[in-house]
Amino acid sequence: MNHPTMTHPVQAAVAVAMPLQPAQSAPRCAPPWRAPLLLLVAGLAACAAFPDQLGLITRIFITGLFVLSLDLVVGVAGLATLGHAALFGLGAYAAGIFALHAHADPLLGLGVGIVAGALTALVSGAFLLRYQGFTFLMLTVAVSQIVLSLVQKARNWTGGDDGLSGFAMAPLLGRFAFDLEGKVAAVYSLVVLVLLFYVAQRIVQSPFGLAVRGIHENRARMAALGTPVFRRLWLLYTVAGALAGAAGALSAQTNAVVGTDSLSFALSAEALVMLILGGAGQLTGALVGATVFTLLHHTAASINPYHWLFVVGGLLMLVVLVPPAKAWAWLRQRAGGVR
Amino acid sequence: MNTLFNILIDGLAYGMVLFVIAVGLSVTLGLMRFVNLSHGAFAMVGGYCAAWLTREAQWSFWLAVPVAIAATALLGAVLEALVLRHLYRRKELDQVLFTIGLSFVLIAATNAIAGPQVQLIVLPPLLAGSVDLGFRTLPAQRLLVIGAGLAVAAAAAWTVTRTRFGVWLRAAVDHSGTASTLGIPIRTVQCASFAAGAALAGFGGILGAELMPLEPYYALKYLVLVLVVVAVGGMGSIAGSLAAAVLLGTIETASRYLASEWGSLFFFVAMAVLLAWRPNGLLKR
Repeated sequence: MNHPTMTHPVQAAVAVAMPLQPAQSAPRCAPPWRAPLLLLVAGLAACAAFPDQLGLITRIFITGLFVLSLDLVVGVAGLATLGHAALFGLGAYAAGIFALHAHADPLLGLGVGIVAGALTALVSGAFLLRYQGFTFLMLTVAVSQIVLSLVQKARNWTGGDDGLSGFAMAPLLGRFAFDLEGKVAAVYSLVVLVLLFYVAQRIVQSPFGLAVRGIHENRARMAALGTPVFRRLWLLYTVAGALAGAAGALSAQTNAVVGTDSLSFALSAEALVMLILGGAGQLTGALVGATVFTLLHHTAASINPYHWLFVVGGLLMLVVLVPPAKAWAWLRQRAGGVR
Repeated sequence: MNTLFNILIDGLAYGMVLFVIAVGLSVTLGLMRFVNLSHGAFAMVGGYCAAWLTREAQWSFWLAVPVAIAATALLGAVLEALVLRHLYRRKELDQVLFTIGLSFVLIAATNAIAGPQVQLIVLPPLLAGSVDLGFRTLPAQRLLVIGAGLAVAAAAAWTVTRTRFGVWLRAAVDHSGTASTLGIPIRTVQCASFAAGAALAGFGGILGAELMPLEPYYALKYLVLVLVVVAVGGMGSIAGSLAAAVLLGTIETASRYLASEWGSLFFFVAMAVLLAWRPNGLLKR
């Protein structure tokens, strides 16, 4: 994931250290609001075009937000994790428990989910981020499995293996009730996704985001330049936790049920697959990957769950043997060289 | 006292199964620097072969086991020679994705061929009974597992440290260019080590069939456990893998006997503590 303009390491370090000078900044000139706006338009168009598939569309939005959060950790900060579901699942449980026992307002619940995700990331990150590479990867697995065991054990609060259900959401903003068709749920998820996508993009393009990218490319050099590596990564992990918690809260609110599968190893692994499929480090790639994967899953799994494994397994091997970037370049060349 | 003894014996047997499966992964991961997440699928293939040979083809257990191990080794060798060797120089993430994809396809293929039900390996009368050790009787199968685990540990350590093949392997890993110039057949060494790792995984799958039931999702279900053993033991360290496998196997067994309602909590807490204490492996400072 080398940055195209940062070929020389010293140049890269300088560019990262002084991101405010326009001459040194990355060549991506598109304003940060353009992609979220396009997403909003595309999402609304999808909702209008397929009114009988709103459940699936909502799931794509929520998965997209979750993979976006994973992209901050894996693509931007370069920390390969297989425990991201812990942040998602705890956000979902927090929002569900809040709706059941405290207040049924969706926006308050969303806030609770965000705080739960961020707090989980803050606490676990303080331990996890001291390690790197394979050790970090395995520790994220351990943390998410510990969280899963604890949630299964705390039956009184979480319902254990039966899942948490029985909560109903109050109307959004006191006016729009969640309907059976899922119109409100779809638009609500889309708006949250668009807003958080914008926030994520601003963060990635800020000096802080560039510092994190620099740590990804060369940790030792960034440390030598005076960047507090651990604190930068910690903050980024917490932000990613907030986004994952938001996705979890949306999932709990729109499905009105939270199961232990929202904390499972399989969810973490699938999200990683989606991210790689769409291209890590680009944020938009996360959304593309989530969309393609969820659509494929929906089509293949409705035929036979094991066929689905054939499809996704074959797809994974294909993505590695023929990387998407190479395939795109080849297609572009064939199409007449828009380079 | 009785419970304690049962925990120790079952934990030791469970740890040995984990070790036999993990040691092949530890070698490919630590010595060849290849992240092979389809290792669990190799264990599954070995177990399924043995189950099919003993049950459907009515072969003797003692004949079916070597044949099943050889079949797994062959599968590993063919995959290595055709595809996986092209991934040695790729990024870790690429290796992870490819081998996970391979596991998915193997799971789906297993289900298509054998169906979703649990497979049983028919044990010979000698192993199905129990053995009287004088002070206590034990299931013979447990004793076989523990004995086989110790034998594998000794054989693997001896091969890597004492034989010409082990020297070749370490030379090929340290500097493949120089090793090749000195006349070491690099490709053969890599292919053979990979096949040996796959064979061990298959053996582990057969040994552990009673503790880890053979079903299509086997490949992913126990992969995490095996990866944990490799990570805690330290990549490439055979003694470390043995220590980690026995320790974690005993902890998991004890928590199943004494606190089953907590699930795998203690296993993963132990893993996190051990990994945080010795990130490079249990026996490495």
